[in-house]
This record gives sequence, C-alpha cells and structure tokens, in this order.
Amino acid sequence: MSVTDPTSEPLIDAEEERRARQKQIVKIARWTLPSLVLILLIGGWQAYVTIAQVPHYILPSPLLIAQTMIADWGLLWPAMLITGRLTLLALIFAVIGGLLIAVAFTQSKWVELAMFPYAVILQVTPVVAIAPLLQIYVESAFVAALLCAWIVAFFPILSNTTIGLKSADHNLQDLFKIYGASKWQTLRYLSAPSALPFFLGGLKIAGGLALIGSVVAEFVIGRAGTGLGLASTLLEASYRFNFGRLYAALILISIMGVAIFGLMSVISHLCLFRWHESALKRED
Amino acid sequence: MQIAATGAREQLLRMSHIEKTFRGNVVALRDLDLTVNQGDFLSLLGPSGCGKSTALRLISGLMSPTAGTIDWQGGQGDGDLGIVFQEPTLMPWAQVKDNVWLPFRLRGKPYSAVKDEVLEALKLVGLADFQNAYPRELSGGMKMRVSIARALVTRPRLILMDEPFAALDEITRHRLNNDLLALRDAIGCTVIFVTHSVFESVFLSDRIVVMAARPGRIIGEVSVDAPYPRTEAFRTSPEYAASAQEASRMLEHAMGEAA
Repeated sequence: MSVTDPTSEPLIDAEEERRARQKQIVKIARWTLPSLVLILLIGGWQAYVTIAQVPHYILPSPLLIAQTMIADWGLLWPAMLITGRLTLLALIFAVIGGLLIAVAFTQSKWVELAMFPYAVILQVTPVVAIAPLLQIYVESAFVAALLCAWIVAFFPILSNTTIGLKSADHNLQDLFKIYGASKWQTLRYLSAPSALPFFLGGLKIAGGLALIGSVVAEFVIGRAGTGLGLASTLLEASYRFNFGRLYAALILISIMGVAIFGLMSVISHLCLFRWHESALKRED
Repeated sequence: MQIAATGAREQLLRMSHIEKTFRGNVVALRDLDLTVNQGDFLSLLGPSGCGKSTALRLISGLMSPTAGTIDWQGGQGDGDLGIVFQEPTLMPWAQVKDNVWLPFRLRGKPYSAVKDEVLEALKLVGLADFQNAYPRELSGGMKMRVSIARALVTRPRLILMDEPFAALDEITRHRLNNDLLALRDAIGCTVIFVTHSVFESVFLSDRIVVMAARPGRIIGEVSVDAPYPRTEAFRTSPEYAASAQEASRMLEHAMGEAA
C-alpha cells in the first residue's frame, strides 16, 4: 500500500485547470458581452438613421438623443427628481402598508378572512381606471399619483410577506410554544425572520411596480396640464413630435428602473448573505 | 451530579390513565400509565403509529390529553423542560450562540446575563469554538449538538428527545449516543427518548418502555441494569445482547398483536 506524501506538490489535472480558465472567461464576458452588444446596437442604429436618412420625428439618431439629453437637462433633471420622489415614496408607503396589513392578516385570521378579497380587488382593478377618479377626489396631483403608484406596488409586498409570516418552521413554532413565547416574541424572533426572504422578493417586484405605477399615474393625471415628472415630459414630447426628448426621457426612466432594481438587490443581498440559501455561492 | 440508583429514585412525572383520541376517532393512546423518576433515562420504543411521539407532545404541553392527568412532582417550573426534535430545528438566521440563547431570551433574559450558561452548554456538546457560526456552516451532527445544547442550557429537570438521531449516519449516531450519555452524567437530568431502534434504546437507557400501535399503548418494560458510564465496550457485552433480545422479543410481540 502506498502512502501519499502530504507535503508533495498537489497534482493539477487538466480538467480542473480548464474549469478554472472557463470561470475566468465567464467572469470577463459577463461585462464585456453586454457592453459589446450595446455598442453594436447604438452603432447600427446611428448608421441606419444616417444612411437611410430617417427623419428625426420617426426615429432620432443616438447622437441626437444624446444632444437633446444635454440640451434639455435643465428640464429633464427636475422631472426625473419628481418621478424619482414619487416612485420612492410610493415604494416606502407600499412597504409600510404591505407589512402592516400582512402582520394584521397573520395575527388575526378574522381580519384576513374579512379583508383579503378587497386587497385582491384593489390589485386586479387596472390602476388606469382608478386614476381619473382619484384625480377628482384628491386635489393634489402629486398625492393622487402617489396613491396610484401605491396601489400598484403594495400588493406583492402584502402577499409575499403574508406567505412568509406563515412559513415559519413548524418545529420551531412548537419550540416557541414550549418555551412560553408571547405572540409578540414569536412574531419578532420567528415569523419576521422567516418572512424576510419572502418580503425581499416582494420588494424587488414592488420596486419595479412603483415606477410603473408612477409612470401610469403621470400619464393619466399629468395630462390635465398639471405636468409632473418624466412620464409627463415624455407624453408632452410625443405630442410635439420632439422625439429626441421622448427618447431621452424614456432612457432616463429605464435607468431609474435599473437603479431601483439594483438597489433592491443590494438590500436583499445585505439582509440575506449570511444565512439564506438564495445568497450562497456554490462550488460547481 | 450523582444519579441515584434505579430503585431509589424520586418520582418526577406521572401520567395516569391518559387517553388521546384524534378527530375521526383515531385512538392515538389508550389508558397510558407511566411514571418517570428523577434520573431515569427512559426510552419509548415502538413501531410507527404507536403514539410515542404523541406521548411526548402531551408531556411537553403542546397537546392536551382527551382524558387522564399528567402531574409534575412539585409542579412544572420555568425552564424545567428541554426538547430535541428529529430535525435540529435551528433558526438559520441566528448564530449558534443565539440559537442556544433562545430559551433564556424568550423569558426576557439579555444575552449578557446568561452568556456563561450559553457558553457552558456549547462547551458540553463540544462546540465552544463554533459559537459565532451560522447553522448552515455546520454538519448534520454538529447541528444536532447545537440543538441539544439549546435543550439543556436552562438545566431542565426533563429533556424530551423525539428520535433525534434517526436522520444521521451510523458513525455520527454512535458518537452522539456516547456523548449524550456523558452529558447526562455531567448534568444529571432525566431523559425521555423516543426511538424505533432497539439497539439505540438498549445502549442509552436504563428503562425501555415498549409500545404497540392501534391503539397506542404500553405493552411492557425492559430494564437495562448495566451501570453508567457505558462505553463502546458495552455494545459488545453479553448484557447488551440479552437486553436487546428481550426488547426485540417484546417489540415483535407488539407488532404481531397489531397485525
């Protein structure tokens, strides 16, 4: 029988080496490939508009959009701030409302039985249909838009958190009972941490929905001449065939959406990376 | 702590004429009489469906009996009971030390006040170096040790164990069996241990209560007189074999009756 000498150089087999190299390549490609696609896309777009001489009110060239972005920055930036504030406030209230209602639902079965159908009705009724009504009842256009965005954004938080609060391990629930835990202790030390991954999943969806809700609200409510944020700017630009500005506003909205998603992902990672399966890196 | 000889033990818990019927008239337990004495290592051994886990849930207070009484000698105080489930049942978001702190925390004791007890419990199960680890960083056997540390951190009079090692591999299981006995020697608590393994029950306990199913009931008791501390050598001794045979025969009888 031979005994392996633990001090000898470990053998590196070709397969492992290839796998390591593959990993390195994927790491680089993760950033370079999308960038390449972006460059090709913009280049092709610019070339097409230039060569085919497409009029700017049909399709503006990337260059024109960039120029408009700079020229109209004084107009776009304040609009972006308004849309941003609208979205963030809607999201914050969605989190507060969604969490409170979820806790009420899970603490009392009767509250859930009585109220859940109405939460669903609120969710499935198209916000576009509610917005004009809100406009009538609520004086401030901003508050009306905020309400619209809130209605759209709060449901995923409510439904995810409700499921999460109910998903605590049954044996742990028994353990808490045996140790005489109060309702509040069980909520705080058991149900809430169990619900956290679910809540964060809902938050990611709600972040995107808050922006969509804000844009829709601005479309509907901003139309009455109460010019709000980026979406109102976009709509107005389309009426004036100012397609450079329309595209500039569109791009800014997209950037906001990506930023919100990124922010939510970071929050989620920070909350979960220590313990949750979803945040664990696995060796493959 | 010294554990008294089997004959001279004080009574800790008495279950008399316990009946438990579930919805749909499923009789889980019928006329169960069981006295548990201080210092007993009592195994409930039986086929599945014999109500051994139900008996444990009744003792833990998670369930109330349909009829009959359960009396604690001197009443059941705070922290008198520890429990270990078949799964480690740890909070994945909490570090090992916070998991062990839980029984104290739920009684409003801040960590600083019970730090010594928590660390002592972890030392007893050999995991003092892992107090800051998260459960996912531990192996199955280590998680179970944390679970045991949590059960004994309040120094309960009685620890209930519901097939705690059933999901572990044989090697880990043997080690944990040995360590469990050493632990019990160290803190001298009473243990009720649910298992469906004859060998495990013989190795661990001084009393094996054999149960039968449909309806769940006690059909006999085997006492294992070999003194503690028991070591690996006990596993190959004639007494071990004799007790295992006796328990097996009784179990077979229980199965035969049920079939």
